Amino acid sequence: MVDLSPLPLQSNGSPSQQIVPKLSVHGLSKTFQYQSQPLTVLDNVDIELQANEFICLVGSSGCGKSTLLKIIAGLMSPSEGEVRVEGEAVEGPGSDRGMVFQSYSLFPWLTVAKNVEFGLKLQGMAKKERQERIAYYLDVVGLSRFANALPKQLSGGMKQRAAIARALANEPEVMLMDEPFGALDAQTKEQLQQFMQEIWERTHMTILMVTHDVEEAIFLSHRVYIMDAHPGRIRENLQIPLPEHRELEIKLTPEFLNLKRHITNQLGH
Amino acid sequence: MRRGIPTWLKILMPIVGIGLPLLLWSFLSYNGLVKDIFLPTPDKVITTGLELFREDDLIKDILASTGRVLGGFIAAALVAIPIGLLMGTFHSMEGLFSPFVSAVRYMPVAAFVPLIIIWAGIEEPAKILIVFMGIVLYNITMIVDGVKAIPDEVLNAAYTLGANRWVLLSKVIFPAALPSIINTLRVNIAGAWNFLVLAELLAASEGLGFRILRSQRYLQTDRVLFCILIIGVIGLTTDYALKRLGMVLTPWAEQGERQS
Ligand SMILES: Nc1ncnc2c1ncn2[C@@H]1O[C@H](COP(=O)(O)OP(=O)(O)O)[C@@H](O)[C@H]1O
Ligand SMILES: [Mg+2]
Repeated sequence: MVDLSPLPLQSNGSPSQQIVPKLSVHGLSKTFQYQSQPLTVLDNVDIELQANEFICLVGSSGCGKSTLLKIIAGLMSPSEGEVRVEGEAVEGPGSDRGMVFQSYSLFPWLTVAKNVEFGLKLQGMAKKERQERIAYYLDVVGLSRFANALPKQLSGGMKQRAAIARALANEPEVMLMDEPFGALDAQTKEQLQQFMQEIWERTHMTILMVTHDVEEAIFLSHRVYIMDAHPGRIRENLQIPLPEHRELEIKLTPEFLNLKRHITNQLGH
Repeated sequence: MRRGIPTWLKILMPIVGIGLPLLLWSFLSYNGLVKDIFLPTPDKVITTGLELFREDDLIKDILASTGRVLGGFIAAALVAIPIGLLMGTFHSMEGLFSPFVSAVRYMPVAAFVPLIIIWAGIEEPAKILIVFMGIVLYNITMIVDGVKAIPDEVLNAAYTLGANRWVLLSKVIFPAALPSIINTLRVNIAGAWNFLVLAELLAASEGLGFRILRSQRYLQTDRVLFCILIIGVIGLTTDYALKRLGMVLTPWAEQGERQS
């Protein structure tokens, strides 16, 4: 289960000692061979996420966001640089980094509950514990009634919630989300943004979410990385000084609109 | 274009589709527009057929042919499914097998028959081998395509949930490809019957293909037609059985993945 009690104090935590970030990316570059020409998609990217942070990374389409997430997830290797989870360099995919994709990622032959169970079985978890976890996370995403439904019986928004439950249930160190609401209609998208915020409030999961939707990024995150395109670089690391709990109406406040204007300017510079 | 049609039309269309050729056949044969030796009347074909069952032990031929087809078909499935899955999944395996598969696919099986006789003689193994060779490469190619059609996201999701390559192959790629595997087998069992007739050209003493060839020699067109019809009926039955199998094993598949 997710521990909702306050975080334990760092036992050896002297103030001068720096806390190891949950996720860090150092000097990461990626060059593809495109029509036998080298194409640099990511150039010297540095990113850090502390525990319990919800961070969004915004950038225009094609700037290398998915490539960056795939490298962090270990699904692709970088040309240069490294990825560390809790200070340990990682190579290759692992269940410490959960991932939610834009679409088509549920296993269509498994029910919602069995989809959630997939990673738990791989961890070798006992059946009783698996069932408790499945029940808990289906409740978190509001899909308890659909435990035995097949993915093809779900709407787009429900599919994404199921995929999120599956990633959460594994209780990874970091959740990576690649435009998880990008394929949904505007209304469902806003619902899921609120839903994502509730998820974070309940689990305090460390989340790195990629999006090209500026409003979504500001609404959800504590901090936003703004990315440049061609080659993909981190242009700015922007704190979002909004209250931790947000309602959708916040999107209409002057503070929010100022942030939006700033990011939009940065992206279109 | 792909909209559903009303029930009456659904029932009417197959009746027209089968009835019209039958009508044409009756028209041409009963009126004597085409000579009996080229096209006997439908009722003559049926009477001859019943006679074949009663007096000539046609059941034995049906069993012999069905056995050969099933033997070659099952062997081809057992070989093609693992190879197809591996080739579709790993570039190294594709590199290993694909030159051979692509090259041999273009060599007509009929041209191999003399070789098969040298290797395997002219008895049952040779006949099953011909059916096997006729379809195994098509099985492999189609299964590889099925595996490649699995969305990357599905495989990547499995990796990020902690799957290794073996788990990926057995718990993700195999079930994901199952609808297209069953579909492949359905398409290629029809091919198996084609190669059966070729196989029964070899010193057979029973079998539907053998009957057709012998009847042709004596100009018994009615027998030829009846045996062809029997093959058609068996074909339809196996097709239906595999379709049911698909619905039972992969009820989760979307309509489009399961061709009708
Ligand atoms: N495997 C690949 N080979 C060559 N180029 C690629 C590959 N994957 C992505 N790219 C290129 O890298 C760039 C960034 O892609 P991507 O990371 O998907 O962008 P984003 O997710 O920000 O839209 C694009 O120009 C794309 O064409
Ligand atoms: Mg992308």
